[in-house]
Amino acid sequence: MSFVSVRDVWQSYDGRPILERVNLDVAEGEFISIAGASGCGKSTFLRLLLAEEQPTRGVVSVAGGEGAREPDRERGVVFQRYSVFPHLSVRDNIIAAEAFGTTLGWLWGAPLRAARARADDTLSRIGLDHVADHYPTALSGGMQQRLAIGQALTARPRILLLDEPFGALDPGTRVQMHDFLTELRAKTPMTIFMVTHDLAEGFKLGDRVLVFDKPRWDPHDPGAYGATITYDFDARNGGIPYHHLMEKTDEPIHA
Amino acid sequence: MRLINSKPSRPVALLLAALPFVVVCVIYSISSELRLAVNPQDRLLPAPATIWDTAFRLFTEPERRSGQILLWRDTGASLFRLLSGVAIAAALSLVLGVLIGLLPYMRRTLSDFVAVLSMVPPLALLPILFIMFGLGELSKIVLIVIGTAPVMTRDMAQRVIEIPREQIIKAQTLGASSLVIALRVVLPQILPRLISNVRLSLGTAWLFLIAAEAVASELGLGYRIFLVRRFLAMDIILTYVIWITLLAFLLDWMLRALSRRAFRWAEASL
Repeated sequence: MSFVSVRDVWQSYDGRPILERVNLDVAEGEFISIAGASGCGKSTFLRLLLAEEQPTRGVVSVAGGEGAREPDRERGVVFQRYSVFPHLSVRDNIIAAEAFGTTLGWLWGAPLRAARARADDTLSRIGLDHVADHYPTALSGGMQQRLAIGQALTARPRILLLDEPFGALDPGTRVQMHDFLTELRAKTPMTIFMVTHDLAEGFKLGDRVLVFDKPRWDPHDPGAYGATITYDFDARNGGIPYHHLMEKTDEPIHA
Repeated sequence: MRLINSKPSRPVALLLAALPFVVVCVIYSISSELRLAVNPQDRLLPAPATIWDTAFRLFTEPERRSGQILLWRDTGASLFRLLSGVAIAAALSLVLGVLIGLLPYMRRTLSDFVAVLSMVPPLALLPILFIMFGLGELSKIVLIVIGTAPVMTRDMAQRVIEIPREQIIKAQTLGASSLVIALRVVLPQILPRLISNVRLSLGTAWLFLIAAEAVASELGLGYRIFLVRRFLAMDIILTYVIWITLLAFLLDWMLRALSRRAFRWAEASL
């Protein structure tokens, strides 16, 4: 049984199909990059994984659960923008990941002190301890996204969804964020879905790269058919998955 | 250089800001001088010195019959009505605005109703309020609430809707319930807007207050102005008008200072 399974999912808005016959199995700990042209349904697919929307047909299940009807703590998310709360300080943004799950959304006393200590740990791990008391607006774009990722992970989600998380960053910062994410993954294994416009980024970070496209195309009515997963690349070992097999068979065979 | 690019230096800017006030004072003084030269008994434009004397008397000397200084009693009564009306309207608009902005069921139920309610001219309701709530404090406070709450509610609801969808989704993935989203994501972000709404609606509130006091009252700044109008006591009227202006300015200044202090994170947008 796969960790995330998508079974025959269709999604249409006002009778217009966006996604059709999407099937996918993802093992725990895999990093899935999702690429495709604008309007090909990759963001729609992410919204289905997030349970922000329900598919018209089919089932999306995470960790063997039923199809969720709204976003919950099983799914962490980082958007391109607006992922952190502007009215909370950097530290409070991390604490919020623990506090928001309580009845009134606040922590007091000993639990608060413990959460604050854990938040400071997290901040030093993601390199933001020096700005703990600042508000997010005072942070650079890259720091805001690092905070958003740290915040999402503090809630200990089963899957992490990234919606073009580095799309608004300059190229240098983007490379730094790639390293940051790779390091983070090396320390704590997690299942990640990342939507990206940048194929190179998708191959660099992902274990698999999914490409969404329309398999059927009616030139007289471009909206007639939906998109599905047309390519599912193995992106490990720099996108050359069988490279290691060759090296192995190269060795002389000792009887 | 183009006019749109030439900016005054600091001292010139101060001078320019003071200029309109000085011009108005000078024009008033000259007009008053001219009229008093023709008829020393003229009451329409009392000399600035007369207004000053009257103002001093009004602020310091108790009335002979009651032994109380009327101006302060008027101020107290009016401010009480104004502030309770605006406070109730603000609280109402905050609660309704969050409910309408956040809950689709509430939005369907109330948003059109509030939109229609905000079209009703409040002063036209004044007779109904007097009939329903009597001529006391209640009818005046209710008039201010009816006059300011619907517009504020609409604006608050709009601000809640404008909070980025991403933040609401993010809060849900952190396990927040509807209540927690309202209390910890929405409320803190629209409070600065509430204060600027209160600042904007204070002008309207003064209008309704003075109108209500003019029609039926026994005390209050508006009541006093309309009372002494019968004696053509321009010096008293002008004193009261300047005093009301000053009060309005101080209230606005205090709210702005509060907003700056309380919402440091939103500084750029205030």
